[in-house]
Amino acid sequence: MLRRLSVLLLLGALGGLGGCATTGGNPDDPLERYNRAMFNFNDGLDKAIIKPVASGYKAVMPGFARTGVTNFFANLGDLWIGINNILQGKVGAGASDFGRFVMNTTVGILGVFDVASNAGLDKHNEDFGQTLGRWGVGSGAYVVLPFLGPSNVRDGFSLLAVDWHGDPLWYVGNVPTRNELYGVRLVDNRASLLDASQLLEEAALDRYSYVRSAYLQRRRSLIYDGDAPPEPEPAKTSQSGAEAAARTETELPPAQITNQRSEGVIAVVDGELTPAKEFSETQAHPVAARRDASGAPASDYEPGIPGNYDDALPVAPAQARIGFARTTMRP
Amino acid sequence: MKVVIALCFSVFANAVAAQGLAPDAQVKSISDEVIGIIKQDKDIQAGNQKKINELVDAKVLPHFNFSRMTALAMGRNWPKASAEQQKVLTREFRTLLVRTYSSALSTYKNQVIEFKPLRAAAGDTEVMVRTQVKQPGTEPISIDYGMEKTASGWKVYDIVVGGVSLVTNYRETFNAQIRDGGVDGLIKSLADKNRSLESQASSKPK
Repeated sequence: MLRRLSVLLLLGALGGLGGCATTGGNPDDPLERYNRAMFNFNDGLDKAIIKPVASGYKAVMPGFARTGVTNFFANLGDLWIGINNILQGKVGAGASDFGRFVMNTTVGILGVFDVASNAGLDKHNEDFGQTLGRWGVGSGAYVVLPFLGPSNVRDGFSLLAVDWHGDPLWYVGNVPTRNELYGVRLVDNRASLLDASQLLEEAALDRYSYVRSAYLQRRRSLIYDGDAPPEPEPAKTSQSGAEAAARTETELPPAQITNQRSEGVIAVVDGELTPAKEFSETQAHPVAARRDASGAPASDYEPGIPGNYDDALPVAPAQARIGFARTTMRP
Repeated sequence: MKVVIALCFSVFANAVAAQGLAPDAQVKSISDEVIGIIKQDKDIQAGNQKKINELVDAKVLPHFNFSRMTALAMGRNWPKASAEQQKVLTREFRTLLVRTYSSALSTYKNQVIEFKPLRAAAGDTEVMVRTQVKQPGTEPISIDYGMEKTASGWKVYDIVVGGVSLVTNYRETFNAQIRDGGVDGLIKSLADKNRSLESQASSKPK
């Protein structure tokens, strides 16, 4: 039910994509008006129900017991993580995930103890959205899903249409038991995020844009397994000194953007397939390549640029070139 | 999450000893020292805000370049602010960051920090020091430090946690605030935010 509703709303959001004017000026977020409303809805729900329950859970359950619950669900997740690693061609990582599952399920008593981490098998973070990203599917617009929170078109569809079926809880035959397990997992997840959400409350001037920026950066980083190339790498204007400013400066003038859509999208680095660039406009030459005397990046940016979501098409590896010269971090 | 952010700050301490080191060696020596202090201090572990502030002031903050941080978060709007405005902005932004993130120091619990090989050439004045924090049960979280070489040693101008840059996170909000209310509008909302956090903190018995 919840899922069906989410799909409906997501479709609705997509339907509005074409005609929807940008409101806030972030090219990744043409649906900002809807998203802000949904963000506030989720927030209200969280404040009214989920957060109080999670706080109670945290107060009542001793720390070691909560860790056990977290580990139990994390262990179940490792199977799907392993499958996604293999789908992305990372066989070693996938084997490690299955090894974790076997070890934690047996020695770790149904996953309650994470013995595999101590044995040197690190946990990974994968899902089908990341797999699609690796395969070259662009992320599409930023979308805040009802109940589920920040997402984008690609990851939202992956979550609702695919990841759902990779979740072992989905196959628990007894529906009341399954719902209980879902509930416990939700509360346990929320409880482990209490500190972080408190921090967010304090740190952000505008929580919506703070969360959006964090989500977009985080997903990009996850797709590259934490080794994403510096985002706005000025491939042709990489004069020294300007590089760092360019790396941290993502804003571009609209005039530059239109020229940059045909950049190579997939790069082969170290024999591994790296994901498509998302929103290749952000890869365009930033004006930030200039720095003024005060050391600040002098970039320009006008809001109101509609996002371009059809430009992240994969190209054959043969024509690929190293799109992201790592000029800022030389090996 | 809070723990991870705690580590961001814990990593920067001991200004004197670390000067002249390579940036990653500097991060390492500092983090070892601060973690050593936290491990031995029961008050800090219990969340004693005064002691945490002292530790942060003495060991951590000297290694940050807050004016560069503020300039990056402001982006193209930085040159539009007067020198006086820039000073106020830097002060308010610094207050916000320090207040918000330093309390996280008390949540440190035996996480292990691993350093990845530094990707930098000999003459580089800007590097990214890349580390990973490991804790059982969750995937390792990366913490990267954007550092620049200054006359007084290497200084941090950005922290990137799990791929999320602290500075970038603020940029859109800053842009929007300036668009709506000018530079003074941004100063005002930063100051208001700091004031409300302060009154919350003083009303809470700590």
